[in-house]
Amino acid sequence: MARRRLALFVAAGLAVAVVLAFFLGPAASSQPDGLNRVAIDEGFADEEAGHRLDDSPLAGYQVKGVDGDRLSTGLAGAVGVTVTFVLAGGLFLVLRRRRTTE
Amino acid sequence: MHIPDGFIDAPTSLAAGAAAAGALVVCARRSGEMMEDKHAPMAGLVAAFIFAAQMINFPVAGGTSGHLLGGALAAILVGPYLGALCVSVVLVVQALMIADGGLSALGLNIVNMALVGAFAGYGIFLLARRLLRATRGGVMAASAVAAFLAVVLGALAFTAEYAIGGAGGASLTRVAGAMVGVHLLIGLGEALITALTVSAVLAVRPDLVHGARDLAGRLAPLADRTAAVRS
Repeated sequence: MARRRLALFVAAGLAVAVVLAFFLGPAASSQPDGLNRVAIDEGFADEEAGHRLDDSPLAGYQVKGVDGDRLSTGLAGAVGVTVTFVLAGGLFLVLRRRRTTE
Repeated sequence: MHIPDGFIDAPTSLAAGAAAAGALVVCARRSGEMMEDKHAPMAGLVAAFIFAAQMINFPVAGGTSGHLLGGALAAILVGPYLGALCVSVVLVVQALMIADGGLSALGLNIVNMALVGAFAGYGIFLLARRLLRATRGGVMAASAVAAFLAVVLGALAFTAEYAIGGAGGASLTRVAGAMVGVHLLIGLGEALITALTVSAVLAVRPDLVHGARDLAGRLAPLADRTAAVRS
């Protein structure tokens, strides 16, 4: 029972995260963030080097090949949320396994 | 607050990378010991939620935006060790998959957002909880204060890194003032989102809020309370 309720809670939480990323991600402010604002105002913004993975399929919260900014950003966000969930959850499972088998 | 490559020189970035790696090994060990199996899906959920929230830049004054950093939130929900790991996973996914945050700056970003956020945030949270009442409102207020100050401390951490190895020769006092100034505003957003999120989890599953597990018995989930009233 407790396990099922936890699974339900996590599933609901994950759904909220996917919905936030898909619908609100594309509506995010595109103004420079706090650090970039300071870099612009204080004159070191030009020091920024291009990102070496700028050509990757999800670079800049845009799915390559998907037309339409909103859809492209929303999809990139939904994929990112899912990948992050699996990685963080999986990492902790591995940590627990190692602890209990020692 | 994601630092791109180029703002901070290679030696400083490398040193931060080594420090971050060392700290994360400790976090991995400690969270494996301290936490239970039920925290695996929670770790995934916390990281996923922070990834989503970090996408959503909200406007602050003067053509500037900010977004949740999430270090304090993660620490309050799953403890500082696992919380720092969760935010680090988000930063790694962003750097490798989204090209958000520089690759050589990854260590710096982990220090400023994951480590400072989770550990300073959690320390402030515990202090604030001692001064406040052991109620849901008290936990919310402590969460807000911790989140606010964690963002400001993250901004100061960047300033320190810029002082050590910053490019572009900007005036340190001006960078410090500007970083703290804008992050006071962003910190208000962080405080609001953190307090509301902690409050929402407290309402449904108080036992899943690590920083308020002392209240789990007293703050029964809403569903149980209504069931008790009916019976």
